Amino acid sequence: MPRRKLATGFLLAAGSFAGSVLVRRRAARRRERVDLYAEDGSMLSLAEGTPEAARLLPVAHELLAL
Amino acid sequence: MLARMDASQAIADLTEISPQVRSVAVIAADGSVTGSNTSPEEAGRLADGARRLVETAEDVRSAHGLGPVAQLEAATTAGSVFVVRDGDRLIAATTTPEPTVGLVFYDLKTCLRAVDDDAPKPRRRAPRKKTDDAAP
Repeated sequence: MPRRKLATGFLLAAGSFAGSVLVRRRAARRRERVDLYAEDGSMLSLAEGTPEAARLLPVAHELLAL
Repeated sequence: MLARMDASQAIADLTEISPQVRSVAVIAADGSVTGSNTSPEEAGRLADGARRLVETAEDVRSAHGLGPVAQLEAATTAGSVFVVRDGDRLIAATTTPEPTVGLVFYDLKTCLRAVDDDAPKPRRRAPRKKTDDAAP
């Protein structure tokens, strides 16, 4: 009986760890974006995956690698 | 030379009050780097990248019918790149991941204005002395 409890606990811990890794990875991926602020006060947010962001984000990565 | 020293001081103040900021470059209207806290080579690359970001951002904003771009933030998992424009001058900075966006923009604008205020102003001409020829 204690063995079964141990296995259940281990499985629960492993599952929650894997879940947290997935959630963190997804959140990290979602963080990539470019926000443009115009002089008139308007703002345009370009999320990762859009063609516009695909033109801007590589330049940002290049600068952050300096 | 005086303007460069003033820019360095403004950048030192910026990095002191905003520890999230890593590399900074102040870029003049002619594209030259007025001040930076990195090596000249790195500052040149940062300035070049900032200009490319602004040019691309201008293309994007015209396609979306927005007004001229005043500032931008490119957020990645490795950190963020900020560019603020004031007329023809730019200030570009890289930061740590997930920075306090509003504060960084405010501090960059303050730094850019400080550099502008500290730039040497043209000397006023001294009033001409009257010559004896003018006397009757």
